[in-house]
Amino acid sequence: MFGRKAEQAVRQLEEGATSEDVARLGATAAVIDASFEVEPGEIFVVMGLSGSGKSTLIRMLNGLWKPTAGDVYIGDTNIAHVNDAELRQVRKEKISMVFQHFALLPHRTVVQNAAYALDIQGVEKDERLTRASEALELVGLGGWDDKFPSQLSGGMKQRVGLARALAAGSDIMLMDEAFSALDPLIKREMQDQLSQLQSSLNKTIVFITHDLNEAMRLGDRIAVMRAGRIVQIGTAEEVLNDPANDYVAQFVADVDRTRVLTASSVMEPAQYVINANSGPREAQHTMREKQTSAAFAVGRRDNKLHGVVRDTDVVGAVNRGDTTLEGVIDPKVASVHQDTYLADLFAQSAESPLPLAVVDDDKHLMGVVPRVTLLSAMASIASVVHAGEEAAVDTTGGDGRTSLPENGTTQLQPDAGPAVGRLADYGTTAQNPTEVDRD
Amino acid sequence: MIRTESESFDPLDPELDVGNWIRDAYDWFTDTFQPVLDGIDSALSWAFDTLFDVLSGPPFLVMIAIFAVLGLIVRSWQFAVFTVLAFYLIAAMGQWDGAMQTLALILLAATIASSLAVPLGIWAAKSQTVSQIVRPVLDFMQTMPAMVYLIPTLFAFGIGVVPGMISTVIFAMPPGVRFTELAIRQVDSEVVEAGQAFGAPPGRILRQIQLPLALPTIMAGINQVIMLSLSMVVLAALVGSGGLGGEVVAGLNALSIPRGAEAGLAVVVLAIYLDRSVAALADRAPVVRASQVRE
Repeated sequence: MFGRKAEQAVRQLEEGATSEDVARLGATAAVIDASFEVEPGEIFVVMGLSGSGKSTLIRMLNGLWKPTAGDVYIGDTNIAHVNDAELRQVRKEKISMVFQHFALLPHRTVVQNAAYALDIQGVEKDERLTRASEALELVGLGGWDDKFPSQLSGGMKQRVGLARALAAGSDIMLMDEAFSALDPLIKREMQDQLSQLQSSLNKTIVFITHDLNEAMRLGDRIAVMRAGRIVQIGTAEEVLNDPANDYVAQFVADVDRTRVLTASSVMEPAQYVINANSGPREAQHTMREKQTSAAFAVGRRDNKLHGVVRDTDVVGAVNRGDTTLEGVIDPKVASVHQDTYLADLFAQSAESPLPLAVVDDDKHLMGVVPRVTLLSAMASIASVVHAGEEAAVDTTGGDGRTSLPENGTTQLQPDAGPAVGRLADYGTTAQNPTEVDRD
Repeated sequence: MIRTESESFDPLDPELDVGNWIRDAYDWFTDTFQPVLDGIDSALSWAFDTLFDVLSGPPFLVMIAIFAVLGLIVRSWQFAVFTVLAFYLIAAMGQWDGAMQTLALILLAATIASSLAVPLGIWAAKSQTVSQIVRPVLDFMQTMPAMVYLIPTLFAFGIGVVPGMISTVIFAMPPGVRFTELAIRQVDSEVVEAGQAFGAPPGRILRQIQLPLALPTIMAGINQVIMLSLSMVVLAALVGSGGLGGEVVAGLNALSIPRGAEAGLAVVVLAIYLDRSVAALADRAPVVRASQVRE
């Protein structure tokens, strides 16, 4: 809340007044209703256009600006109601910040800038320069220690800003439009680097941005702000697929979903799975029962993907009298990690005769993405974008449903003729030249 | 204007003895603080005498050499050459002692003015209230004809160098305050926020962020202070501070063009030397140097 009669304005807002109402008092309500909790180790993105109050919000998180009403807890400390000395202590120990325009000290060298937070913390000179150097190394600026900020490009300056925040050693990092002033390519690079760093450092990051694509790329969860209020909090997929209101829906309309949705959000349960430890006869039986020409061989207990078996090979093994499937499991199976973006699935899917197997870090089979699923997911994205509303998904019937994450986990819908769709999947694989060769 | 005491106020023929009131207030002030004023008087006189002795003690050639070396250090060899020629000209015109006297007066007045102006400017930058009080006072100090300051200071300190110096300080101080306030306020708020965000106390933010970043502008303000001090030289001579101003006044009284012109030229030389030196110092501020580093 800025301006005059702030207290009165807060009371009116609590009684249901709008920000236009309180503006008549001469007060500007920058942030009105923003309640959220950030979990340790997550990247929490606050997304909104300019004027939505996101910069005010982040400045209240480390007490640069005090809220007129309300509380900000960091752990058990209420930042909104501590004295200056305590506040400085919290800032020194727990929170660091990265700024939109880097906010480096122009008269200090790169390493001195990176060491600034440690300087404030009272760390002895040699140690802080060493730690600052390490932080610079971490962000890819090794060897630039003795340059001045004026000698660096924008991206490099922000790396220094990042190194300064990392060197501080605090668990929480606030990033205020940290990459917004950078060129698009540099921005991408920095986003990737941040994700990479985060996977090893596990900081709690609150990231402010006006760029939805950035929010989607970085955020574990996203809070969408409008006119001082948080209108929705959710994962990228939730915000995309289930917008809380028209504002959010419009906002997300032109997002490239193939770069947001991951394999795990469109994958379906693998139907054609056989136990890798079973014998060829059992495999043959299963495959005949399910009327398929190929199946994924998976460990019985650990659900680990061993490879793929094909009907001709299995029949051959049965005829030879083999007791195990080991000889006929083809380990060369097209598999993707569950966090792979849809955009990166197309090439592999086009090359692979079988559905793409979706695996986790330990190669456990999580599900499959048949090519038709991928294509229909694409089609439904297109229709959503064109129609501007997600209702279009339903009108396309069975085709559209796969784009929605809940369908990734549900079984087939009876009214859509799913079985035909499935067989069609495998029909294409059967006619693949490589299959024919094996015959 | 001096008016006689009137018994009652007639709105159609208004008479207010503003001048007398100020005189009365001033009389009370000088009476009450006489010991303090005496202390200031003797301290400033002593400082001036000492500085003048230092400047005029060595042979003029030695001093020219020192000025030239200083010019070389802060600026360039071209500037050093100019310094040699220009100061030699002053000596050749027979204005050396006057020039050193004026230099001592200016250095002292500018130092005092700056050491008052910079902290006041910082305070004004930090506090909106102070800023709002200081601004009209500065306007007043700057627009009041400078000669007016001479009268009360003359009463308080008597004929000599000190009333001129005090008047010079009052007259020359405002740009120093203004530039400092502006300089501090202009420091990128994000950089200041960075200091705060990492837990730096206000004193450290001032010392490590605001002052270094504001230094070039503050130096420009100090430059202004010095230039305004120089412009007071002739006026200060009216109350007996001597120096080049005294020569100009004497030239005026004798209607002598050569005397006035020679002293005036010497003032110009001093002005150029001080201006270029201070400007060069501003360019050596860490912020400026860091921004000029190239591979």
